[in-house]
Amino acid sequence: MSRYFTEDHEWIDVDGEVGTVGITEYAQEQLGDIVFVEVPEEGKELAKGDDAAVVESVKAASDIYAPVSGTVLEGNSDLADEPALVNTSPEEDGWFFKLTLSDAEELEGLMDESAYQAFVSKL
Amino acid sequence: MSINQSGWKPAIGDTQAPAAATYTGNRALMLEEALIFEIGDTRTTGVDFSPSPLQGRGPGRGEVGASAGDENAPLPTLSPEGERANRLGGLERTASFGLPGLSEPETVRHYTRLSRQNYAIDLGLFPLGSCTMKHNPRLNEKVARMPGFADLHPLQTMDTVQGALGVIHELAHWLKTLTGMPAVAMSPKAGAHGELCGLLAIRSALEARGDARSVILVPESAHGTNPATAAFCGYGVENIPATAEGRVDLAALTARLGPDVAAVMITNPNTCGLFERDMKAISDVVHAAGALVYCDGANFNAIVGRVRPGDLGIDAMHINLHKTFSTPHGGGGPGSGPVVFSAALAPFAPLPFVEKTDAGYVLVEEETAGEHHAQNFGRMTAFHGQMGMFTRALAYIMSHGADGLRQVAEDAVLNANYILRSLDGVLDAPFGASGPCMHEALFADDGLAEGFSTLDIAKGLIDEGYHPMTVYFPLVVHGAMLVEPTETESKAALDQFIGALRSVAERAKAGDAALKSAPHFAPRRRLDETLAARKPVLVWKEPVVAEAAE
Repeated sequence: MSRYFTEDHEWIDVDGEVGTVGITEYAQEQLGDIVFVEVPEEGKELAKGDDAAVVESVKAASDIYAPVSGTVLEGNSDLADEPALVNTSPEEDGWFFKLTLSDAEELEGLMDESAYQAFVSKL
Repeated sequence: MSINQSGWKPAIGDTQAPAAATYTGNRALMLEEALIFEIGDTRTTGVDFSPSPLQGRGPGRGEVGASAGDENAPLPTLSPEGERANRLGGLERTASFGLPGLSEPETVRHYTRLSRQNYAIDLGLFPLGSCTMKHNPRLNEKVARMPGFADLHPLQTMDTVQGALGVIHELAHWLKTLTGMPAVAMSPKAGAHGELCGLLAIRSALEARGDARSVILVPESAHGTNPATAAFCGYGVENIPATAEGRVDLAALTARLGPDVAAVMITNPNTCGLFERDMKAISDVVHAAGALVYCDGANFNAIVGRVRPGDLGIDAMHINLHKTFSTPHGGGGPGSGPVVFSAALAPFAPLPFVEKTDAGYVLVEEETAGEHHAQNFGRMTAFHGQMGMFTRALAYIMSHGADGLRQVAEDAVLNANYILRSLDGVLDAPFGASGPCMHEALFADDGLAEGFSTLDIAKGLIDEGYHPMTVYFPLVVHGAMLVEPTETESKAALDQFIGALRSVAERAKAGDAALKSAPHFAPRRRLDETLAARKPVLVWKEPVVAEAAE
């Protein structure tokens, strides 16, 4: 399983055809306390870059984009009751949704862990 | 001699001794007030009934009612079951349904106590940037309360409301003259409603020429209502970047224009407190691309009497009467947002509007618009707009006159610049080098101690007795603090505010731990905004009374 990152601070873990998407530790730190998360419904078709989910902090709402194209398998239902998971465990328990990748080649345009860390350090 | 029988011998004790907690939780005039549901009990609910139609019957009751003085009419009778029974036929409620149970004096005290915990423009400087919280002159109120205005009904016949129509017409004339625009829609009820009115007119104009377009361009620093309005009208929204000095990037805007762009929405002066110097050039390139220019007029206070937006190529602009023209705002409302139109959009302006004819004022509505206003896009409201605000705004305009309004803008800008420059070296002003600010001064959170933020400064200002400034807006500045003093503050009032803000900012830079837990002197301490958003308590729940131990 390998993890990729976008410049919009999403991460995606890819296991075969299935990707799990969340936001990075850096992103949750910038957003502050998360108070509400809206995840996509099962079966939703997403193109790379589409608005896929919404995350609200006390002050602002932000869109989460689909890092790659695919069909949503499930949203993380735990986030409805406990949006704070995005703060406490952004890169594990606080995942947003899983999708079936429709074009694995899209992953090639994403960053790996070290490239993302280098990207963040310049922000 | 007679001895001091009363025993009253004033003597100052130790005035520095620490205070003891009070039994009531009150601190002298700072009264701790419970929720309304926790006061009184359900047996004391007060109800006001209209005068009974039976009132006035019977001997000696001749004052009220149509059958006054009819001594032969029967007295109201009690139900046959007697004094304690009701006439609800068994339909009476048997359980509480959760209304508060207060008597009249309890109700009056409750709201009076709460009102004392409020902050208002009548209490002190209200520096909310972009909101223009200016003094509401009492003359406006006096005029609005004249019976001829206060007791109007919107369905009165035209010949009985000629004076009111005259007020609308006269105010419309002033708004058109001050903006240099040929038409105005008076009915929109606030700023965002005005934006909707402007964009609907733009949409109508584009569709009328068979050129419906799909995108509205909005600067990054725009009021959030701008993109929201564009989206509500069915347009896609795209951002225009700003230059390093905080103004619209004309080159980037020009590059984005194309046959899909319907309009550009620009706030001028913008929300960074800066005048868009390139506004005429912006309008020219937008028009050359076949699009139209909407101006968010929320900041008109800074330029009224000095700049006519019509001269800058604006096609539509709303005017917040509750900002620039001093009508009540923020709790005292309602708002009012007339929209002025260029010649290109005037035919599409909504109904109704007031016209002056030889026979007096007439209200042009659907039945009377006829061919001379056949392209109107419809109607924004049921009636004529916020009449009570029209009388207040016209009273303000006529009591100031053209020269007075010009001075309003000049003093608003002078006051904001006085604050901006007085905080040099204390707070970072990201656009301080972009020339004088307009009516509001913008600061950023650079240079605060580790762990301290704009929020701490805002909370510290509460302890200093001020409503905080606008914080974290505009979004283009990190930790933004947007201060708008308005023109009605004296130098003494400004100096005290500057001193307070300077003191709080210096504490934030020095890392004063006490500031992290401010406010200390407000009725409530710092609230847990995260918990409030995650687990909001939206209804009062009756506390569960623990059963007494057996």
